Amino acid sequence: MKLALKLAYRNLMGAGLRTWLNVIVLSFSFVIIIWLKGVMTGWDHQAKTDMTNWEIGGGQYWHSTYDPFDPFTITDSHAPIPDELKKREEAGEIVPMLLVQGAIFPEGRMMPVTIRGVNPSQNILHLPVKELITNDGTIAAIIGSQMAKVSQLKEGDYVTLRWRDANGTFDATDVLICHVFSTNVPSVDLGQIYIPLSTLQEFALLPGEATLITLKNAEESATEYPGWVYKSKEELTRQVDEMIKTKSAGQTVIYAILLLLAMLAIFDTQVLSIFRRQREIGTYVALGYTRQQVVGLFTVEGSMNALLAALLSAAYGIPFLAWQAKAGWTMPIDTSEFGMAIAQTLYPVYSLGLVAGTVAIITITTAIVSYLPSRKIAKMNPTDALRGKLQ
Amino acid sequence: MESSNTIIIKGLYKRFPVGKGEFTALSDINLNFAQGEFTGLIGPSGSGKTTLLNILGSLDVPSEGEALVLGNSIGKLTTHEAANLRKVSLGFIFQSYNLLAVHTVYENVEFPLLLLKLSATERHKMVMDALEWVGLTDKIKSKPPQLSGGQCQRVAIARAMVKKPSLVLADEPTANLDAANSHHILKTMETLNRELKTTFVFATHDDKVISYLRRKVYLLDGRIDKVEVIHPNS
Repeated sequence: MKLALKLAYRNLMGAGLRTWLNVIVLSFSFVIIIWLKGVMTGWDHQAKTDMTNWEIGGGQYWHSTYDPFDPFTITDSHAPIPDELKKREEAGEIVPMLLVQGAIFPEGRMMPVTIRGVNPSQNILHLPVKELITNDGTIAAIIGSQMAKVSQLKEGDYVTLRWRDANGTFDATDVLICHVFSTNVPSVDLGQIYIPLSTLQEFALLPGEATLITLKNAEESATEYPGWVYKSKEELTRQVDEMIKTKSAGQTVIYAILLLLAMLAIFDTQVLSIFRRQREIGTYVALGYTRQQVVGLFTVEGSMNALLAALLSAAYGIPFLAWQAKAGWTMPIDTSEFGMAIAQTLYPVYSLGLVAGTVAIITITTAIVSYLPSRKIAKMNPTDALRGKLQ
Repeated sequence: MESSNTIIIKGLYKRFPVGKGEFTALSDINLNFAQGEFTGLIGPSGSGKTTLLNILGSLDVPSEGEALVLGNSIGKLTTHEAANLRKVSLGFIFQSYNLLAVHTVYENVEFPLLLLKLSATERHKMVMDALEWVGLTDKIKSKPPQLSGGQCQRVAIARAMVKKPSLVLADEPTANLDAANSHHILKTMETLNRELKTTFVFATHDDKVISYLRRKVYLLDGRIDKVEVIHPNS
């Protein structure tokens, strides 16, 4: 083994540029596979993080009749905020939100929306609701960029907002679109319009009431309030987790395809290299090498190739991957029309398992694809090998 | 008498499958080579000289008969035993040198010693001795592509001789060399043969080589045609 290591090292170093070309190409495989898998994992993480930051915080209390998948439940899903939670609102620990079904009329077209009342001074969710604060009595509203696109509204536009109050009476007013925000969470963007909580409570004749109460931090043992149901963060992100699981299967396929491509490249290189070196193999045999030793030498050489590639990958890959994790990868084209929640900038996330697994898989694969052709060629008659006679 | 022979060949045949039939490359070869001989298998292409050399080098096996090399019956050796015989007792010199192109001259010559698991100090001394025999101590860091054909063959001789084997098998060692280089190489081998008592067996049809041989075994169509012995005084 020591001899095989020594000779393999000599062979690799002696081959100079040929070795380094192989190593560079192989190191690209390492880095690209890890980076791509990191981007996909980062995408998953981002979906969950964004959902937490923009929508669910550390958990929520829902009005007992509220069902986000049934818009008809919204009309009756409101109740006074429990006194204890009101105190926590003052401490900035919760943010209540009132949901009312309504419609807007951009350019005369009717468009159903969910009107969300949010306290402009809240700091828990990333919603830029501070923009809702006006001093001139204008009723300000904010919408997401997708909503703006669909409704063809832009900052500075006025749009008529219509709603039904608690008595079932329709009412309407013009609101100013004071800000269009960008988010990756479709459920806080499409079909949603945000106005100050107090304004919506006044419009809907529901003073001091809310539909949802979002907590800043996760509660270990949530207090039960009559008429309210506590939903933990885990419960609220379960769907995202399920989606990630489903995506993971697809990602594993992509990961496997990339590995397969890398493996094919390594296999081709090794086969070409080994079959070109038949005469050398014959010489090893003539000088006293056994077939097993020849196979061992080429397998060690292939594995050493992979290890060198791993070292080279570490040299430029670690800074590159770390920089990518920090700066993110900005998609070269607009992602808003992809039809799925994807950030314009994706931040790759790497795990030790991903890095170690990829390095291990490629190294083992290289060893295998070095072993297979060398085993075949070592079975050759040494006299044919010495003449470099192609099989 | 037989015990002093390095090689004993008795009734040796070598047949190769060709299509559905067989081609007989060697027929009824009976030969002995004594220790320290400087001898050659001479004949035109296809006469069977390389085939016989390969069998003597335990790179191939006889189809029939026996070839005893340093007391080892080639046909009965396992692959490990054959490899061990080549590793310890045989040296090869090839027509196209068969040097390891990515290794330096020093590393090429050192290679057989690595297999023998000698210490670095021993290896260094033996490599430098071998390179001194062939006059290449100034080229230890060069790689084969940087050397001339004659220099490459001298490296190959140093590699074959470095472990001081009992038997060196040289297959057309001067085929790629000009006259001056050929004579230089042959003189080197002759000196080593005389000083180290190593048995040299050549396979050749080159007149330059033939002129140096002290025994000439002529092969024709796989059979021994005639054997000539050159007496030292002639």
